[in-house]
Parts: sequence; C-alpha cells; structure tokens
Amino acid sequence: MAFAKPIATLRSATGVPVGRLAMWWLLASEIVIFGGLLMSYIMHRIGHPEWAAEAAHTNTVAGAINTVVLLSSSLSAVLAHQAAQMGNGKRAARFLWITIGGAATFLVVKSFEWTHEIHEGFVLTRSGFWSFYYCAAGLHALHVIAGSIAMGFVAVDAAKGRELQRVEYAGIYWHFVDVVWIFLFPLLYIAK
Amino acid sequence: MSNAAPTATAPHAHEPGHAPDGHSHDHHDHHAPQSFFQKYLFSTDHKMIAQQYMWTGVAMALIGGFLAYAFRMQLAFPDKWIPGYGYMSSLEYNTAVTNHGTIMIFWFAMPVLIAAFGNLLIPLMIGCDDMVFPRINRLSYQIFLLSAIILISSFFVKGGGFNGAWTAYPPLSANAEYNMAGTGSTLWVLAVALEFVAFLLGGINFITTAMSARAPGMRLWDMPLVVWMIVIASILFMASVGPLIAGAVMLLFDQNFGTFFFNPERGGDPVLWQHLFWFFGHPEVYVVLLPAMGMSGDIIAVFSRKKIFAYKTLLYTVFATGIISFFVWAHHQFIAGIDPRMANIFTVTTLIISVPIAEMCFLFIATLYGGSIRLTVPMLWALSFVAEFLLGGVTGIFLGASGADIYFHDTYFVIAHFHYTFVPIAVIGFFMGFTFWFPKMYGKMLNETLGKIHFWITILGFNMIFIPLFFTGMWGDHRRIYNYSHFPELHRVALQDLRIVATVGLLIMISAQAIFLFNVIKTFRAKQENPGPNPWHSNTLDWSAPSPPPHGNFAELPTVFRGPYEYSHPERESDFWPQNEPPPGSST
Repeated sequence: MAFAKPIATLRSATGVPVGRLAMWWLLASEIVIFGGLLMSYIMHRIGHPEWAAEAAHTNTVAGAINTVVLLSSSLSAVLAHQAAQMGNGKRAARFLWITIGGAATFLVVKSFEWTHEIHEGFVLTRSGFWSFYYCAAGLHALHVIAGSIAMGFVAVDAAKGRELQRVEYAGIYWHFVDVVWIFLFPLLYIAK
Repeated sequence: MSNAAPTATAPHAHEPGHAPDGHSHDHHDHHAPQSFFQKYLFSTDHKMIAQQYMWTGVAMALIGGFLAYAFRMQLAFPDKWIPGYGYMSSLEYNTAVTNHGTIMIFWFAMPVLIAAFGNLLIPLMIGCDDMVFPRINRLSYQIFLLSAIILISSFFVKGGGFNGAWTAYPPLSANAEYNMAGTGSTLWVLAVALEFVAFLLGGINFITTAMSARAPGMRLWDMPLVVWMIVIASILFMASVGPLIAGAVMLLFDQNFGTFFFNPERGGDPVLWQHLFWFFGHPEVYVVLLPAMGMSGDIIAVFSRKKIFAYKTLLYTVFATGIISFFVWAHHQFIAGIDPRMANIFTVTTLIISVPIAEMCFLFIATLYGGSIRLTVPMLWALSFVAEFLLGGVTGIFLGASGADIYFHDTYFVIAHFHYTFVPIAVIGFFMGFTFWFPKMYGKMLNETLGKIHFWITILGFNMIFIPLFFTGMWGDHRRIYNYSHFPELHRVALQDLRIVATVGLLIMISAQAIFLFNVIKTFRAKQENPGPNPWHSNTLDWSAPSPPPHGNFAELPTVFRGPYEYSHPERESDFWPQNEPPPGSST
C-alpha cells in the first residue's frame, strides 16, 4: 500500500528539509548517549591509572585498519550524495553499496579482533577497562549495523530513482558513526 | 528513516521553500473502512495516536494507583489484610513502591502530558494535517506499548517485579542477591530503555513538526504556549536522557553479564549511577512540568479573556528553566558523599532555578488580574495546578539547601514534596487538558456540575494525603520502611494517626475518580448536540477545526494573521479574535 505523505511533511518553515532537520536532532540525542558513556569511561580511566596496563593489550593495528576503512567508506557516502544531487539514483545506490561494503569490512575485522581477545582471556568481566571497551565499541558496532541496514533500504529506493533526498540523510548519519569512532579509537586503543 | 513502504509523492518534494498550499494534494480523500487493528494499532493519524497514548497512560495510572492503594493500606494498618490485595510482604511492598513510581512517571505522566497532548495539539495548533513523520509516530507508540507490556509482565516472572526503588540505585538494583528479583530487574531496565526510545522518536517528531510545518503566516512567536513548552520539553528530554540510556546498558551488563561498573569492590562506582540517573532525572521533572505549565497558561488566558501577560518573558523563563535544569542534579546526592564545596554550588543553582518557575506563576497571576474570569472545570484545574505546584516548589527550597537536606533526606518530607510537584503535573495536568480539549476530541461537552464535584473531592483528597506526610517526614519517618511497628521511636500514636489520615485521603482521592469515569461514560452514551468547533471561544487554530477533527484536520488549511492571545481587543465587538480570521478589509 502506498503511503501518502501528509502536507506537514512537505512544508518547510525553516528552509531546511524536514528529513535533514530530524536527522540532526537524532544525532543530537545520539551525541548525549555516547557522551554519557564516554564521560563515565574517562572519569573512571583517570581514577584507575592501572587500566593503562590492560589497554596495552588492545590491538592498535586492527583498530587503525578499521579507522582507515571507516573513514574511506565516508568518502563513498559523500560521492553517493553528489550523485543523488545530480539526480543519478543508480550511481548513488552503487556508492551506497560501497559504503555498506566498508561497514561490513569494519565488522569482519572487529569480529576477528574480538575473537582473538576473548581467546586470550580479555573478556567483558576481566576488569573495568574491558567492560567499557566492549560496551562502548559494541554500542558503536550496533550503530554500524543499523546504519548499514538503513543504507540498504535507501540504496534500493535510490536505484529506482525514489526518495533521493534520503541518500544525504544516510550520509549524515554515517559521518556521525565515523566521528564516534574517531573518539573511540584514541580513547580505547591509543591511550596506554 | 527508511520504512519499507514506498511513497506516492515525488522524490523532490522536500525542496526548501516549497510553497504550502493545501490544494493540490489528494491524500485526504481516500479513507476506506479500516479493520480494528489498522485503526487502533497501526494508525498513522496523529489524533488516533494521541488517543492511544492517552488511554494507555490512563490504564497504567490505574495500575499505579492500585499499587499506591495497596502500600498505603499496609502503612496505615501494618500487616492487616488489604481488601482487593491480601496480605503484603516486605518484598511485595518494595515492588509496589518501585513500580508505583516508575509507572506514574514513565507510563502515565510522560505518555499523557507529552505524547498524548503533543500529538493531539501540535498539528492542530500550528495548522497542519498531521505530524511530519506519521510512520515514526506510529512506531513510537508501538514501542511504547511494547515497553508497557514488558513492564507489566515483569510482575509475573520468578522472583516478582523489580524492587530496587524507581531510582534503581546500585548495588541494590544490580545484584539479584540483594533485591531477590533477577528477571524482574532486567525486564524493568529493558522496559524503561525501550520507553526512552519511544519518546526520543516522538520528541524528534514534535520538534521537527513545530519547527517546520507551521501554517503560513505563523511565526515561532505566534505559537501557543503549550506547543512551545512541549517542544522545549522534548529538547530537554533528548539532551538529558542519553547518559541514562548508557547507564541502563551498563546496569543491564552488571545484572546479567557480571560486569562491575557500579560495584565498588572491583573498581566500579555506585555514585556514577546516581550521576547518570539524576543528570536525566532532574531535567525530567521539567520535561513533564512544562507541558502542564503550557496547558495551564493557555487555559488561564482563555478563561480570563485576556492576553497572556508577558508572553515572550514567559518563554524566556522557560528557556532559563531548561538551561538551569542541567546544573542542579547533584542536589539529590548531598548525603552520597559528594564534596561539601560541590554541594554548595549545587545548592545555589537549585535555589536559582526557583526564580524562573516563580516568575511563571507570577505571570499567570498577572494574566488573571483584571480579567473576566470564568470558573469552568478546566479553569479550576488550571488554577489548582498553579496553586498546588507552588507548594511543591516552595518545599523544594528546604531540600535544595544542602544543610537542611541532611536532615530531610529520604524522609516522607521528600515524598510529600515531590508529590506536590508530580501530582499537579500528572493528575491535575491530565484532567486540565482532558476537560478542556474533550469537546475538540469527541464533539461533546462534559457535565460541569459533576466535573466540579470531582474536582473538589480530588483536590481535598490529594491535600489530605500529603500535608500529613510533611509532618511525619519532619518527625523522622524514613521513606523506605514497610512496617513502622518494628521501629519503636517511629511507632507512636500521633505519627500512626497521621499515616492513617494520609491513607484515608488516598481512598477519597481514588473514589472521586468514579465520578469522573461516570461523567465521561455518561457523556459518551448521551445523545448530545455537537457544541460546534469552538465552545470556549478560544483563539488558537485547534478550535477552528471541526470537532472531532476529521482525517486531515482542516477543511482548508488555515493561514495565520496574529498571535494566539488576542482576547478582549478594544476595537472589536466580540471578545476573541481567532488566529486565522483575516484582518478587516482584506479580501481573502
């Protein structure tokens, strides 16, 4: 059944399309969620200098590879937006699938990394550091998965030339997921 | 963002500056008959979603009220048989108290004040046909309903419902050995987290709708107070709830996976939870307060037939309240071992926040001054809201001062204080909005006499509960004791008499609700002439739509020419001037 948008959706008293506006508000709420978690972690980390020894066991190389993968996947998100702006839905969809490929690579690297760490005995309950490590990176990974699924829907629509404005919104969300990782990587991997 | 259903409109419908015209769209026209589930569970119409939120909230309030009845009876008549409940054990007492608080705040105040009235009023008051994201709106209600079902089911799992108080302080909430409710605690945290997700989705919708979909001609400063306040409340909620969502994840891990975020024995910190909880918990008071404040402002203006006094100043005080509310949370932790110098700072910020709130009350009084006041039922509720909330605010000064709080902390003084804020907000706020917008929602008028009887008995019962509790609190009644006869220094006749008075007050307040239900049912069943779109002679756009508003709300989407409070304009014969009435001399 086709869903007819109400007139409300088509209005724009601010001059900003409603989808973009809502996306920014969604990100605002996400920032506070990650902000609360990371502030808790930082306060604990300052109070527990001995966690540095635990953090030394994280795999910085895997983290660095993932950083590169995730940042590169944002490039294709931008290219998808550019294609959508020019009205080329097929091209936008292709770039979105490349972004999703980046997300999948990120998750694969992460799963090898975590499997290895769990085998080594660095499990969730080993110390406060590892609790925060799995909690924060896990929450981020959930966002990567959710973002990929959303982008999949947008890509399917875009390939048919529908709802092209959503390509941009998916991209905004994807950049946010990147930025969170930019905070996580130094806080969890590099700080030793 | 991307729901599966494709849309019928053109892909570039979102272009900025798209002229809102209301003529060229055909979507009002098709309504095929809908099945029960389509209509009541999968509707995307904002009015239906408002009804769903409202009646789910009221049903949950009945459960919360029943729990209050059970534990008040236990306190007044310790270990006696409670009619309708049976005997109450100490664990059951804790479960009842915990879930009473949780339900009344998260499943009654939030859904009714923000979600129900927000959904009902925002599109009607800003003159559009629906929320900007109707399907996200529907999703929001469905997640909310799921969370309510999970919460109710937590009562029936092994070990019973969660019993670590609604604030869920660890280590009590984190360890099943301490609270003896394993699955119940997990379900409780899960339900609360899902409920937050529902209101985040709803909040984004409210904010975006009010920012983006206003009728042509309506500036931000032409929006009625209640729209402003629901939007600001949604922003406050969004900005404060994040850390608690993170905290809820951590608590779930502590409960189920053996982490120790909040366990001091292994490097965790129980006070961290208190920070995360109250960083949300205090703004939350204003999240539910503001919609009720906004409704009372609108109702007072209508029934004083006067322009709201200092509309913009009122909104500035709301902004101030919102900002300051993020800097007061640690006043809940004065005895949790925070640095006394820090306590001093939070005392000051807490006392400062009473300034804008007091100013709101003064502005409402100034609106009343010299008006032609009509004491209708909604007006009575609106006035009593201001009066009773004031008592809650004034007693908050005692608790906000860190010195006095050391004595008052965790006594019934605290209970009485926050019930003088939350009962006016949730209960009075609900009745205020419900009686005022009832003609709009259903096209019928409630009986005024029955409404007034219900009002006076409810207010009497409410004060009879909580005034005695101020005294028992001052005399040392600790709030988490299920049977005072175990404590000789608290088991005194004078104190016990006050506890009985409070319980009798509760019985009066609960039985008064039968009058309300009777009134509503009688009105629904009676054949009554439709009072027309605007029985209260109000200016705002919601009253220019037919009652009840059809799908799409307005026959022709309105254009706005003036602010919402142009009552008793000296150059006009009639004493109101609807926002959408074209100015004299114009051709449209």
